[in-house]
Amino acid sequence: MKKSIIITTIILVTFLITGIHLLESKQNINEHKNNRVMGQKDIHILPDLEYDYAALEPHIDARTMEIHHSKHHQAYVNNLNSAIKGTELEEMPLEKIFKNMSKHPVGVRNNGGGHYNHTLFWKVLSPNGGGKPGKKLLNDIESRFGSFEEFRKEFNSAAATRFGSGWAWLIVDKEGQLHITSTPNQDNPLMDVVDKQGIPILGIDVWEHAYYLKYQNRRPDYIEAFWNVINWNEVEKRYSEVIN
Amino acid sequence: MEIKLPKLPYSHDALEPYISQKTIEFHYGKHHQTYVNKLNELIKGSAFEKESLEEIIKKSEGAIFNNAAQVWNHTFYWEGFSTDGGGKPSGDLLAAIEKKYGSFEQFRDDFSQAAITLFGSGWAWLVKKPDGTLDIVKKSNAENPITDGDKPIMTCDVWEHAYYLDYQNRRPEYIDAFWKIINWDVIEKRFE
Repeated sequence: MKKSIIITTIILVTFLITGIHLLESKQNINEHKNNRVMGQKDIHILPDLEYDYAALEPHIDARTMEIHHSKHHQAYVNNLNSAIKGTELEEMPLEKIFKNMSKHPVGVRNNGGGHYNHTLFWKVLSPNGGGKPGKKLLNDIESRFGSFEEFRKEFNSAAATRFGSGWAWLIVDKEGQLHITSTPNQDNPLMDVVDKQGIPILGIDVWEHAYYLKYQNRRPDYIEAFWNVINWNEVEKRYSEVIN
Repeated sequence: MEIKLPKLPYSHDALEPYISQKTIEFHYGKHHQTYVNKLNELIKGSAFEKESLEEIIKKSEGAIFNNAAQVWNHTFYWEGFSTDGGGKPSGDLLAAIEKKYGSFEQFRDDFSQAAITLFGSGWAWLVKKPDGTLDIVKKSNAENPITDGDKPIMTCDVWEHAYYLDYQNRRPEYIDAFWKIINWDVIEKRFE
């Protein structure tokens, strides 16, 4: 008799707690949505990842992913929102800001670049990544760089030799040609401040925060690992949007 | 003349808990050593082989400059620490700091702010200008105040490799810790 009362109580309490949690999380989601809709607090928002922090293990470790996304990327988003607050840039898409980057404040350049670049980076990674791109992109890479291996070598070299913090990119220029470039800090090929402009379809972050917890000074090992998690479907999608 | 990695003036764990032994093992043992190795490879057989490190920094550019300056910067950085560090400077340096910044605390805030806000990789420097006054300058990547004609007095490395194992994205905490290991005897001598 006593036993059944205890069990019933436990079940009831569990239901109650679960119910409260569900209500709370629903409330959080709604608050989050309201912020988005009203656009008062957050013009730019940290995008959710399409995979878990641990999904890219062992190539990129869960701790790096968590800090990189929830701390570094979040800080760029926050600082960007403060940098554009109350200015005409609040209404302007980042791509348009980048076109005239040299005319805008450096805080917008650093944090707008940081937000855009990381958003692209998360999308071109996948736990089911690696291998080679599909036919059209592979053909174009081969005709441009000689072979996929040669392309890989050149891209690795751009990423490894970027001195200090920055990114290496595969871009499509305005003639529709593929190029490998690299940019310092949070600049990117859409900005009018870079040597070679174009639309990035693949990028690797070579700031030390992208790899230091797992690879320390061994940046080339991180770059090698990156090839195992490249989401070629996404890169191809971006490529076909640019050339078509 | 082969450039050598200078010995640290303390053991690898001497700056714990502010800078961990693991960070020093990588920062000194790998990063600093790699700059030394690369510089030696790059200057081999060139006119720079007979020059001092400071002369190479003044005369070179590109990869030679980057590696030479990074060798110099790191040596300067390590020499400025001590296991018994922290506190305040005294004498002429303190007087010069108070004259320029009002107080030591204000100077500390200004220098910390420079180190926190340097975007990307680089160094925050306290320099003595040719007219004898002090200044705080931010330099990207390997850049060094010697090339501006200023005399470096103190530096804080804010490349992420200097603090990422210990502090990750929390650079301001690393900079707070930095003040607890400063060897003011060394910094004062550089100012004289």
